Amino acid sequence: MLFKYNNVYINGTGTVTGPYEANGPLSKYFDKSYQDLYFGMPTWEQAESKLMIDSIDIVLSKLGLTKFNVDMMISGDLLNQISSSNYAAKDVNVPFVGIFAACATSTLSLILAANMIEAGQVNTVLCSTSSHNNAAEKQFRYPVEYGAPKKNASTFTSTGGATAFLSTKKSNIKIESATMGTIIDLDMKDPNNMGAVMAPAAAETIYKHLKDTGRNPDYYDLILTGDLGVYGKEIMKEYLLNEYGLTLNKYEDSGTLLYDLKKQPVKAGASGPVCLPLVSYGYIFDLMKRKKLKKVLLVATGALMSQSMTNQKLSIPAIAHAVSLEAIR
Amino acid sequence: MEKNKYKQIVDKVSPKEDKLYNAIIAFLIGGLMGIIGQFLIEFYSYKFGIPTKEATVCMIVTLIFFSCLFTSLGFFDKLVSFAKCGLIIPITGFAHATQSAALEYKKEGLVTGIGANMLKLSGAVVIFGVVSAYVFSLIRMLLGVI
Repeated sequence: MLFKYNNVYINGTGTVTGPYEANGPLSKYFDKSYQDLYFGMPTWEQAESKLMIDSIDIVLSKLGLTKFNVDMMISGDLLNQISSSNYAAKDVNVPFVGIFAACATSTLSLILAANMIEAGQVNTVLCSTSSHNNAAEKQFRYPVEYGAPKKNASTFTSTGGATAFLSTKKSNIKIESATMGTIIDLDMKDPNNMGAVMAPAAAETIYKHLKDTGRNPDYYDLILTGDLGVYGKEIMKEYLLNEYGLTLNKYEDSGTLLYDLKKQPVKAGASGPVCLPLVSYGYIFDLMKRKKLKKVLLVATGALMSQSMTNQKLSIPAIAHAVSLEAIR
Repeated sequence: MEKNKYKQIVDKVSPKEDKLYNAIIAFLIGGLMGIIGQFLIEFYSYKFGIPTKEATVCMIVTLIFFSCLFTSLGFFDKLVSFAKCGLIIPITGFAHATQSAALEYKKEGLVTGIGANMLKLSGAVVIFGVVSAYVFSLIRMLLGVI
């Protein structure tokens, strides 16, 4: 489903990361980085919530605003009952919408916020997301100290919090249109190869977006998917070519950009809800502000995995939501 | 796209695991663990003059102690990531799995955290260890009777 916007802008962003991201190639684009993984909190889960709160504080202070200027907050994360978001929202204390779309949370929150702003229902919205490597490992895989061997196709959940502030006030980056994705399930069951789970969802959403807008892939200076990783990225390209005969020339995946894949022990790359916003809110937005990129399509991809369903031998459903951004003067 | 056709694409692109390399590493490290175990048995039975059966128990306790200690000190996970089944299959893996789960959940309370989750990974080993011990003892007993 395509949405068009005339009057929605991203006024500011805040990004906070852990040590792995800070040692990666994009470190200078982050607003704040911690050198340990607890951030002064007693547990991984509380640490993740702290990341989200930090990113909100940063974006508000950058814009010279307070929480009294915020009409609504939309956020989500990977933890059970999206607890990082709920506990962060308790601190922010504004009308709150919690969403779950796994790693597609960032673009889904942008779409929901843009829709409400365009309709004139709210004026200012905070869109937040977070993930924490150790909190995710604990919940979805094995205890952190277990150090379970990883498969080559597995990705590394990124640690960070990211927030975008949206309003009708004009700024450098405009949300131009968006495509809400549908769930795609091609019978992939391997939780160690999430790239293969999510690749067709990304491909379908990109195809639908291009079809509904009547654009060809070269209309965009960059199409950036969420967290497919090294192999998922290739699968996505193969899928688009086989199914729709489309070739993307200017295409990247955030999962392959966030870390130094040669030096850091991340296997197939980065993943997690915060992967795409960490790459785009800092690095890509900077390129857009410097007019190196004019039109960008963000396609966050989410593997909607439940351990219970995986144990019941069901396949993993995936979804992708696309947001088209324009750099303006 | 057809599920089968998509599976072909995934299989073509996805990386293969280096099973031979993993097996060799596991064989060497696992063998090393066996040597250490045997050395400990010999050492205990010679030093304290106890029978092999009792020395074996002392060896197991020693290995469990050191793997729990190394897990708690925070570097056994790196050894496991490297050695894989070479350290997971011996008793060190069982101790490490139990200890790492206990560490992970210690902040969720003594009963609801450590108590409820300590055997999260290793519980299956206990259950199936006991079941298979029963089955094999039964077979052995029946064969003995015959």
